[in-house]
Amino acid sequence: MAINETFAHASNIMVYGAMTTLTGAMGAFAIALAKGRRLESIEETVARTSSSSHQTRMGATTTLERPAVSTAVTTEDGLGEGRRAGNIGMSLTWLSAIFTGMSMLFRGLSAHRLPWGNMYEFSIAAGFGVLMAYCVMSLKRDLRWLGLFIVIPVLLDLGLAITVLYTESAQLVPALNSYWLAIHVTAAIVCMGSFAVGAALSALYLVAERVELKVADGQEPGRFAALAERLPAADRLDLMAYRIHAFMFPLWTFAVIAGSIWAEAAWGRYWGWDPKETWAFITWVIYAAYLHARATAGWRGRKAAIVAIAGFAAIMFNYFIVNMYVSGLHSYSGLN
Amino acid sequence: MGGSALMSLWTKIVANLRWLWTSLTSMRTALFLLFFLAVASVPGSLFPQRGTSPLKVTQYLRDHPKSGAVLDKFHMFDVFASPWFAAIYLLLFVSLTGCVIPRLVIHWKELRSQPPSAPRNLSRLSAHESWSANASDVDVLDAVASDWKGRGWRVRVGDEWVAAERGYARETGNLLFHFALLFVLFSVGSGSALGAKGNVIVREGSGFANNITQYDTFAPGRMFDTSTMAPFSFQLKNFFATYQLGGMQNGAPREFHADVLVKTSPTAQAKPVRIAVNKPLRIDGSSVYLVGHGYAPEITVKDSNGKVVWKDAAVFLPQDGNFTSTGVVKAPDAVPQLGIQAFFLPTAAVDAVLGPHSTFPAPTDPMVFMSVWSGDLGLDSGVPQSVYRLDTSKMKKIGLERLHPGETYKLPKGQGSVTFDGYKEWASFSITHDPGKGWALGAGMFAIVGLSMSLLVPRRRAWLRITPTENGTILVEVAGLSKTEAPGLVAEISALAQSARTYAPEVSHGD
Ligand code: HEM
Repeated sequence: MAINETFAHASNIMVYGAMTTLTGAMGAFAIALAKGRRLESIEETVARTSSSSHQTRMGATTTLERPAVSTAVTTEDGLGEGRRAGNIGMSLTWLSAIFTGMSMLFRGLSAHRLPWGNMYEFSIAAGFGVLMAYCVMSLKRDLRWLGLFIVIPVLLDLGLAITVLYTESAQLVPALNSYWLAIHVTAAIVCMGSFAVGAALSALYLVAERVELKVADGQEPGRFAALAERLPAADRLDLMAYRIHAFMFPLWTFAVIAGSIWAEAAWGRYWGWDPKETWAFITWVIYAAYLHARATAGWRGRKAAIVAIAGFAAIMFNYFIVNMYVSGLHSYSGLN
Repeated sequence: MGGSALMSLWTKIVANLRWLWTSLTSMRTALFLLFFLAVASVPGSLFPQRGTSPLKVTQYLRDHPKSGAVLDKFHMFDVFASPWFAAIYLLLFVSLTGCVIPRLVIHWKELRSQPPSAPRNLSRLSAHESWSANASDVDVLDAVASDWKGRGWRVRVGDEWVAAERGYARETGNLLFHFALLFVLFSVGSGSALGAKGNVIVREGSGFANNITQYDTFAPGRMFDTSTMAPFSFQLKNFFATYQLGGMQNGAPREFHADVLVKTSPTAQAKPVRIAVNKPLRIDGSSVYLVGHGYAPEITVKDSNGKVVWKDAAVFLPQDGNFTSTGVVKAPDAVPQLGIQAFFLPTAAVDAVLGPHSTFPAPTDPMVFMSVWSGDLGLDSGVPQSVYRLDTSKMKKIGLERLHPGETYKLPKGQGSVTFDGYKEWASFSITHDPGKGWALGAGMFAIVGLSMSLLVPRRRAWLRITPTENGTILVEVAGLSKTEAPGLVAEISALAQSARTYAPEVSHGD
């Protein structure tokens, strides 16, 4: 079937629209972050966690259920500006998610297929995945302080997509023409988006933990104090990151299995150590190691956070380096 | 040596073995091995692998003779079949087995155990509620216990308390996952040992029977038994392909399929089947996949006497995405012997830089470019020869020509003629037999179920305690703790407290 150019064009316009709203969201979230303060001061956090028994850790679990307390955007006296900016950022982020979603929809309508056929399309989908993961998670708790660390990477991702990775709307190569593609890729995109949020939380954890450790040692809090004061306490960041990873790991396992079912139908073997498969396996193992690390006392906290970030780095490696520079059966980047 | 010295040596050995076993089966070791397996698979993704791209390995070894040889020593070109990869894999398998079986035993006991009695100070727990109630006739403890039981908690009633626990499914799921993982490893290994995989190129109009001699390449597993090969056969009636025309992806394949006539046994009725990418033919435990295609120009060669010495469609191998294809024709019966090296171009173009090449994969303007040689083909030398390469060391070039379909090249000095009659397409099929496949999939599904239970089911304990007070009322306390980091503890404990209030209603202190 012929490509519908009107839809193809509309799809591109939606990407530019999303980049515009994301730029606005970036400004708004920057203000929200700057005006915010954590409710529990760093000293209080240190006092609470230095008596770090199982009970206090589980105490953090309960505190997490009251989001207004654990977030950093507003303080009793500084209410107002920061919160308003945060709200604007949230709305613009929702709008960006809608724009990227529309872009995918139009792309699909233009080529009469699922819009996940090459790297350009995957990048748009990944941006959508991250924004949706963030927006959905923010429904249950106040995550305005996190917004800046979400919209900047997505903005970079969309920018890269529309410039370097851009591919015209076209039909699929036959190997991608399968409903397992829909299942496998949908699951992978949801996981990728969530793991991106998890990695951002783990990175912020490292910042907050460093400052808290310095304060606990009676040292100067250092140059990251300004950021740490605007973030939730380290143990909460750690817990949030853990919940995302734990929730998504079964889905990631499913995504890998769905991929191998598809590989079996397309290439005659369900697992062939193709570079892409190898890196999916490596990623899976790193996240499994993360879950074990979290369950092992000596590995909680910093080491676990580093493992989580390594997991996301492996996803990125698989996505950019393997797709573009390592040849294998999964050569669908659409770039030559 | 005295018996006691022997004994102590023996105890030492046993102690060491036990230490080795304990270390091997610890979670730390398993984790380390798991990490190691991931790290070990990295070179497999960075260097070309013999299993998937043997030609690239040859190329790499030619380009880097020194470093290549060293890398080869360390099995960098067949990582996944290397002894050290197998060693990690097997150690992990043993470690995992050794660690999950004892856990299974422990969990089995725990599944039939009672919740632990209430701690002395309930108010120190993270979720806690308390109120005063009248001592009533109803046996509050029993009533609460049966109520909580109905909510899915395992309960135990003490003198002045009720203990409850839920979420045993978490550990059940965890064990299910780890066992399923073992089973996946096992299925993958045994499937590849018992199965086999081969490739074959079939021209339109030709056939294939599932028999080792008919394969172009065949890779049996270590324990493969040829007598298990299903006696099916098929004939390729027609191969069909379409390509993107115009745009940035000009020439990209859009659809291809092969129409075949299949027989499950030599005497069975032939049935038409269409094999496409993503739609393999499943037959008697084997699967037939369409993995590639190309052109086979039909060529007739006559010798100086006008005798036909070759007439067939020769399989040419594609060299690029536009199916610039190369191949050879050998006519050993001609006197002297004739050989042809040729390009087949589905959409022909020639330029000074690229030479003869194709600009589109579909046959819109097919042409053959050939160089014809005469002399000794070298077929009698005893060295096996590739059907895709002409050994011209004992031959003389007698001419170059380009032909459209139907055209004939008359060789100079009456040495004969070559006619390009037309072309056929060929399809290549990969045929696999993997008895572990279904088991691996089943185990994978169980792994997901187990994993979800293990990560999503919260494990919780809750207690209710009643304490008589001096003014005749009783103090009721309900408290709980989460053994995992799942959310929702406070809400759940408050629901339990709510239900307890119906049996021991709160009295206000004003009364
Ligand atoms: C000696 C071997 C092993 C032991 C003793 C062990 C033990 C455990 C334990 C206790 C948990 C529960 C952690 C928690 O409560 O959060 C767990 C979870 C898990 N294990 Fe293992 N494990 C072993 C090997 C492996 C291996 C080889 C894998 C391979 C990928 C693996 C994958 C996982 C995964 C993905 C989880 C997450 C599920 C969860 O956290 O409940 N384990 N393991």
